[in-house]
Order: sequence, then C-alpha cells, then structure tokens
Amino acid sequence: MNAEIDEIVTEIIHALGPSLQAPVTITPDTSITRDLGLDSLAVMDFVMVLEDKFDVSIPLERIAEVETVGDLALTIQELRGRA
Amino acid sequence: MTILAKFSPLRENYERLRSFGHDPFSVRFERILSPTEGLLNGRRTILLGTNNYLGLTFDESAIAAGVEALTQQGTGTTGSRIANGSYAGHGDLEKALADFYGRQHCMVFTTGYQANLGMISTLVGKDDILLIDSDSHASIYDAAKMGTAQVVRFRHNDPDDLYKRLRRLSDHPGNKLVVVEGIYSMLGDAAPIKEFAQVKRETGAFLLVDEAHSMGVLGPTGRGQAEADGVEADVDFIVGTFSKSLGAVGGFCVSDLPDFDILRVACRPYMFTASLPPSVIATTLQSLKRLQQEPDLRHRLMGNAERLYKGLMDLGFSVGPQPNPIVSVILPSKEVAIAFWNALLDAGLYLNLALPPATPNSMALLRTSVSAAHTTEQIDQALDLFAQVGQQLGVLPAKEFVQAAAE
Repeated sequence: MNAEIDEIVTEIIHALGPSLQAPVTITPDTSITRDLGLDSLAVMDFVMVLEDKFDVSIPLERIAEVETVGDLALTIQELRGRA
Repeated sequence: MTILAKFSPLRENYERLRSFGHDPFSVRFERILSPTEGLLNGRRTILLGTNNYLGLTFDESAIAAGVEALTQQGTGTTGSRIANGSYAGHGDLEKALADFYGRQHCMVFTTGYQANLGMISTLVGKDDILLIDSDSHASIYDAAKMGTAQVVRFRHNDPDDLYKRLRRLSDHPGNKLVVVEGIYSMLGDAAPIKEFAQVKRETGAFLLVDEAHSMGVLGPTGRGQAEADGVEADVDFIVGTFSKSLGAVGGFCVSDLPDFDILRVACRPYMFTASLPPSVIATTLQSLKRLQQEPDLRHRLMGNAERLYKGLMDLGFSVGPQPNPIVSVILPSKEVAIAFWNALLDAGLYLNLALPPATPNSMALLRTSVSAAHTTEQIDQALDLFAQVGQQLGVLPAKEFVQAAAE
C-alpha cells in the first residue's frame, strides 16, 4: 500500500513540474496552495492532468478537501481503488 | 484584526491597478447618449464593451412599451412570484420565449446569473454528475459550488476530452449533465455544439447550452449556436439572458422536458428573489419581437464584428480564434494591457480590461463587444486608436519602421 502511495506521489510531483514558478523540494507534507503558490484555477488544471494520468475522475469537491501532496495521493488511491 | 483583513492581498492588487490611472471597476458615465456613445469625464466616448449586440437599448418601440408598463403597472412587483403572484407579463414573456425557441416550457429569472445558478444547481442532485467546460462563466462555477452533485471539468471546447471523462464515469448510476456556452465571453470563441451533441447522444448525458452571448447573434433565426450547428433537438436546456442582445436585465431557461414546471417550486434562485419589474418584462418582450422582425440587425452586427476583427488582425494584433461580436486583443502582459486600456479610455474609447484569474490561460486581454448600432466610422475610429496606442506602447512596430520595411 505504501509503495502505491509512493508511486502516486512521484507521479504527482512529476505532473506539478510545469505549474511551478521556481524549483522547490516537494514531499508528501508539502501544501499545494501555500507552499507551491498554486491558485485555485491552477490546482483545477493540475488535477485534470492527474485524472488523465491515473484514468480516474477526481470531482472538484474532493479537491477542496485536499491540503497536501500526501492528501491528494490518498484521494487518488481511494478513487482508483473504487474503479 | 477586522473581518475584512482576509481581503488585503486583493486590496493590494486593486490599489496597484488603480495606480495606473482610471479604475476599471468604477468607470462612471455621466450620460449614456446612445447604444454606442456615452459621456465620460466630459468627453464623448465610443462604447465598445457593453454586450449591446443588437443596439436595442434605445429602441423607440421598446422604450414605449416600457413606459406604458411602468405607468400602468407601477415600478416593481415588490416580491417573488411564489409569494406575490405573477403579473400577466411574466407569463407572456415565458410564452414568447418558448415560442421563439419552439419549446414547451420556459422559466424567467431575475438575472442571467441566477438563471445559470438556479437551473444548474437544481437540475443535478447529490447522486448526479455535473460536467463543465474549464473556461465556464462564474455563474456556472458558482452553480457547481452551490449544488450537491459531483463536479468534473473537461478541457475547453474539447468534445473528445468530455467523452473520455464521461467514459470514466460510465459505471456511475446517476444522471450526467453537460454544460457548455454558445460563445465564450472572454475570447469570443464558439462551442462545437454539434460534436458535443454527438457525445451527449452516445453517452446518454443531458445537455445544457448557455446562449447568453449567442442569442440574437448566431443561427439562421438568432436562436444561438445550437441553432447555427443544427443540433437544437439534442439540447435539453437552453439558458439565456435579457441583458445582452435584448438590452435589459433578466434570464431564462427553455426546455421540452415534460415535468419542467416542477422546477418552479424546487429552484431556490427562482423562488426566493423578487421577480422582474413590469417595465423590464415589457421592454424585453418588445426587443424579442424586434430581434425576430429584423434579421438585418444580426447581419449588420456580424459585418461590424468582421470589420473590427480583420482590422485588428491586419494591424498586427493577436486576436481570439474566430470573428464574433466579442473581439479580444491578447496583450503580452498585464502591465501593457492596463496601460493600453487607460490610453484608449483617455482617447475616447471604452472597452473591457480582462485580467487573470477571469481569463483563460492567465491571458491579459482587451475585450471589445461590437453592436449592430456601431457605424463603420466608429469601428474605423476604434481601429485608428488601437493602431496609435499600439505603436506608442511598442505592442505594434513604430509607424516609421513599418513604412521603411515596406519600401
């Protein structure tokens, strides 16, 4: 299970690349809006990329609950498990 | 700490914008002289950013109808239709809109914003899924937030992307509602509704089209982009507004769904707000008649739109993807857009400054909207001003340089 989360986190970090203003170190504890400076629109666009990468549907209201990269990985894992 | 402290980043942004000159959020016209001219700081100013597509705001017959309703029925209804009852005009307008669209049912809302907010948030329930275009208007995003359905975004004007997202949801038992706009308000690009309709048919989703900027503008009889694409039968709900081509304020939704009227007692933004005053209903009804009687207004509008679009492109500006009555100039930065907007306003041309986050892909735009009432001279004058300011600000190459290059 942890291996799966690690893999998802790696994919998230990879997908975040184009949205970042400056190089930063991203860990599961990194806050997506506060630490990475993504506005709400950028977050929604970034999530669209992740939906395609993991072939899951991530509804907007689930994104609202997400704070950190780790939270997002758990959400994706759960949504993927349900499919 | 005051309750407004959370807005300090917004205040800083706003103050910075104001420090460039005029304040785009509080432009105040001393007088409106016609559908295409206003008096601003004592100067006659061309209005090229008011969505007054057919120029009907000063239509004599509409004004006469409004005055008569005002005199005979008073200034307002002072409440909602469920509490205070409807006036004859509310029903007449609903009937006229349903007839215009060839549909069974129509509900009139107090604003276009509320029409989207109310329809979209009510149509989908907690077990349903709402699919919205990523460039949707704020009223659609707010409806998504207000409703209880799961919300999924698809890439702008991309029917294949919508199809992919619907396929992922194919096991989901709930109803799916797809929402698109006829013309998008920032760049003036029309939606490929024909292709969206095909996706809708293949996946069994419902389709709602917001024709706010395309009603009275597109289609053989002015019903909008779904009519232009010949797929009205696939559109379950059409939403529109009275505040653009019809020159007033208000919104509506038409549909053929048999139980449509149940929404009158389920849709909160319809139920819990005061209904439109009789004078607004009367001018809208008359403007709708004018829209139907005078297809020439639409032809003149498109002629003006094409003249402006082509003129700006020939000058070397970067414009939206297609000529429609919304013509936007894409500028290299926010700072240039703000300076450009200020210079045009000082020179007597009013249009809209559109900045991120309201714009797609964080673009800085000067957004114009053309009217059937603009004269060719006004369009050409606007083009001259764009050329002058563009050269002054270095957005276009300087005139001497262009001439030298041509020699």
